[in-house]
Amino acid sequence: MKPASFRYVAASDVHEAVTLLSAHGDAAKLLAGGQSLVPMMNLRLSRPEILIDLNRISGADGITVEDGALRVGMLARQRAAERADVVRTRLPLLGEAISRIGHTQIRSRGTLVGSCCHADPSAEIPCVLLALDGFVRAQGPDGMRDIPAADFFLGYFQTALSPKEVATDLFFPLPAAGTGWAFLEFARRHGDFAIVAVSALLRLSASGEIERAALSLSGVGPAPLRARRAEALLLEKRPDGALFAQAAREASQEIEPADDVQASAGYRRQLAQTLVGRALQEALARAAKEVA
Amino acid sequence: MQPLERIRVHLSVNGHAVSQLVDARRTLADFLRSDLGLPGTHIGCEQGVCGACTVLLDGVSVRSCLIFAAQLEGSAVETVEGLAGDALHPLQEAFHRNHALQCGYCSPGFLMAARDLLEENPSPSEAEIRVALSGQICRCTGYENIVQAVREAAGALQSEGRDA
Ligand SMILES: Cc1cc2nc3c(=O)[nH]c(=O)nc-3n(C[C@H](O)[C@H](O)[C@H](O)COP(=O)(O)OP(=O)(O)OC[C@H]3O[C@@H](n4cnc5c(N)ncnc54)[C@H](O)[C@@H]3O)c2cc1C
Repeated sequence: MKPASFRYVAASDVHEAVTLLSAHGDAAKLLAGGQSLVPMMNLRLSRPEILIDLNRISGADGITVEDGALRVGMLARQRAAERADVVRTRLPLLGEAISRIGHTQIRSRGTLVGSCCHADPSAEIPCVLLALDGFVRAQGPDGMRDIPAADFFLGYFQTALSPKEVATDLFFPLPAAGTGWAFLEFARRHGDFAIVAVSALLRLSASGEIERAALSLSGVGPAPLRARRAEALLLEKRPDGALFAQAAREASQEIEPADDVQASAGYRRQLAQTLVGRALQEALARAAKEVA
Repeated sequence: MQPLERIRVHLSVNGHAVSQLVDARRTLADFLRSDLGLPGTHIGCEQGVCGACTVLLDGVSVRSCLIFAAQLEGSAVETVEGLAGDALHPLQEAFHRNHALQCGYCSPGFLMAARDLLEENPSPSEAEIRVALSGQICRCTGYENIVQAVREAAGALQSEGRDA
């Protein structure tokens, strides 16, 4: 279908976008890559009266390292980030996750920030941001604030952004050298939304115990979540198959998946267990390699 | 800045300068087909899934059903109509030779996605071709001949020493 009629305005900077949002309230929507919003408009699930295009804002597409974190500006496209040298060398976890988003043509336009603001519960980028304890920077009429990922994703397509705020950047803290990582997901076809996705980070101490464990899952509830009990179970232990199996079981118990047309809750639980187990093995293989 | 219902845009389409007043809600796909009379870009699902409407925007392949014409001030768009010069483009020739189409509805999208791939990666592996084309749906061919055609076109372009 075609979208309902609306009025269009291109913001020339973030300040103008915030001003326009404040002036038009609920009638307005921000447009970034359009890869989630425009399908919804074409299906008439979304009918903004005013569309505020962010794409004309200059200097907002940076992908840089700042204070030990990868900073991704609101117009950085998924395709650009996937290919960026800093992502390949400093945060391959993110590159791997992005490669699982839709198809090249979707990533040509889609932004990382837009993906977080859209907050689809199966999306890849929120899963990675959460695993790394990253945050979202937002600009509103009352100024700027940083929102930790753990407080940002509230539920199905819901975030902590106020309707008058523009998200300007994502910050992904870079893991310390020697940290192993893995990103795994299962989808029925290449490019489909994940049924379950898992991000894992593992770092070993000099004596071989796990000193950092982070596990986040998408597709297992209304928002991506950290498997905190599984993480706690891993800490300060020596990694082995039995421990990983126990952690994977724990992770599958602390999620609250729902039945939907894609998969039953039971299937998602089982998938989560399998993927967490594999992700831990993969992360360990990478961690061990870097320490050796 | 005032939100507008109609916006004037200046852009280039297949190398020709275009200046047009467009409705805000006009997608690039409809703009090409209905306003510019370029029906080569096909419309399937209008939600980004099928790939039939794929065109190049500033050199990269995108879904023209998910972009509004009003957004395109200063942009360069290339459609399937821009592929052939005096002769068919090597991709088109390879599709023809390999029977890489039957009904042809998906072909413009496949050609533009393949062109993007070969620009970036002139000698892709079969697996890379399959990934690059994974966003294009064909209900006739079973894909084998399409993959074969893209491989052949990559070889032809390389031996000609020209860019996709
Ligand atoms: C065929 C297809 C397959 C896809 N597959 C996947 C997939 O496998 N995994 C996945 O994660 N995604 C997938 N997507 C969605 C894609 O990743 C989108 O790019 C992403 O969800 C939204 O980013 P965007 O830049 O396109 O945002 P838009 O669509 O422009 O915006 C999405 C929402 O976020 C809001 N928004 C955008 N930017 C800001 C901002 N800076 N501040 C505040 N609010 C903002 C908008 O108002 C809107 O509500 C797919 C899309 C398609 C069409």
